[in-house]
Amino acid sequence: MIRFDSVSKLYSGNTRPALNNVSLEILKGEFVFLVGASGSGKSSFLRLVLKEEKPSQGKIHVLGQQLGTLSSRKVPYFRRNLGVVFQDFRLLPQKTVFDNVAFSLQVIGKSRGFIQEAVPDVLKMVGLAGKTSRFPHELSGGEQQRVAIARAIVNKPAILLADEPTGNLDPVTSAGIMNLLQRINLGGTTVIMATHDAGIVDQMKRRVIELTSGQIVRDEREGAYQTQAIPIQSFGMSNGEIQ
Amino acid sequence: MRLGLVLGEAASGLRRNVSMVISVILVTFISLTFVGAAILLQMQIGEMKGYWYDRAQVAVYMCTATDSTGNCAQQEATQDQKDLVEAQLESTTLAPFIKKFEFENHDQALANFKQQFADSQLSAFVTKDMLNESFRVNLKDPTQADILIESLSSSAGVQAVEDQRSYLDQIFAVLNAASFTAIGLATLMLIAAVLLIATTIRLSAFSRRRELGIMRLVGASNRFIQTPFILEGVFAALIGSVLAGGAVVAIVQFFVKGYLAETLPTTTLVGLDEAVIVVPILIVVGGVLAAASAGFAISRYLKV
Repeated sequence: MIRFDSVSKLYSGNTRPALNNVSLEILKGEFVFLVGASGSGKSSFLRLVLKEEKPSQGKIHVLGQQLGTLSSRKVPYFRRNLGVVFQDFRLLPQKTVFDNVAFSLQVIGKSRGFIQEAVPDVLKMVGLAGKTSRFPHELSGGEQQRVAIARAIVNKPAILLADEPTGNLDPVTSAGIMNLLQRINLGGTTVIMATHDAGIVDQMKRRVIELTSGQIVRDEREGAYQTQAIPIQSFGMSNGEIQ
Repeated sequence: MRLGLVLGEAASGLRRNVSMVISVILVTFISLTFVGAAILLQMQIGEMKGYWYDRAQVAVYMCTATDSTGNCAQQEATQDQKDLVEAQLESTTLAPFIKKFEFENHDQALANFKQQFADSQLSAFVTKDMLNESFRVNLKDPTQADILIESLSSSAGVQAVEDQRSYLDQIFAVLNAASFTAIGLATLMLIAAVLLIATTIRLSAFSRRRELGIMRLVGASNRFIQTPFILEGVFAALIGSVLAGGAVVAIVQFFVKGYLAETLPTTTLVGLDEAVIVVPILIVVGGVLAAASAGFAISRYLKV
């Protein structure tokens, strides 16, 4: 599903690589946590999967495509198979919940009929059936993140990338979001989640890939958020208390 | 569905940027009016050239009893000398260039002169002896007058060989200078218009950067993302082009036909036929320039 062959990523003006000779494989249907300190390369990893960046070295295969050979004209079509969720939600403030989700289908040319069916379905799945005509500022953080997740999965992507989706949320709300991600994963979608949230990682007992200074230092099945060299950050600790 | 969405996006961009769109319209309007005026001037020059060059002759003036210039020595050209010039005109070296020629004797010259200067008191004083006899030569290609001038100027009894086009060339030089000035101004204004369109589109894209980011994230195609912006630029420029086209037609209708045609009744002038050719040129130029600059401006938002 996703394969990195000795991938390095060096940003210009920075001598230390963001990713250093990373090789890994993620299979269909897996739920993977990417952990590591800020700047350890988690976001670079996700950006490389999305082809927002090109690797300085190495090859990346996603969904059977070698990203290096993908022409920039085909990148948008490639991205339709990926869903992305961010810490800051990235909703359009002047559009309603329904329109925010519908927008992502409109711009890839889906028919009105498809949108009328798919959007209410996905909003029901994320638990926002009654709030379709609200605006983002009328929603809580957790609800906004649910809208963002609905937008990411409405087109039924094979892979869902989540970059600290619970970073702005309180523990209870985070648990709800994780519950939702788990259900999406059960539906067959590969989920890759970058996080600092030790409690969530420890509770879920899924595959954990730990990055330190751009290198994989740990890749465990049913792993936990134990770090060797990096001190656990304070908000990670407090989230750990929900166990 | 998709078309409606694209048009809707373009319309909302235009609404959001009204002041910039108006400035784009005005700048394209002014610049394309200059372009149109320059094209009309060139057409006018072409028209006059076509009309006058066909009629312009090379005149071979023979000496009169009073001339001392050229090859004359205050002696009337003899019949032998005239025959010699005529023989040269009919010779195999010159004949291929000549469409026709005719001889104008003193009587005809006086008659023509009186007709031309009928309003002037001058005609009362002129006698036929003062006017040169001449060969009036129509060339197949009016630009080859030099051949005649070279071969006949030194012949005995010839006062001068004159290419009548040289009178016209001065007029054309003035008109050409005017049209080059118009083209120069038009170019400067067009550069301003192109930069303004690019800036407007950048501004519009910047104010929609959240949408653009999400569109790219969910996999909207590049064409889908850029089309509304290009339409926005093209729409504004097309309004300007249409206004410029209207201005060109108005110039022809009210200035050329209304004013110039009355002041210069003998001159052939450009008319609405030519204006109708200029208008689509302006619209195409405006549309293409706007599409190119808007496409260039938006392309940096599409880099992967």
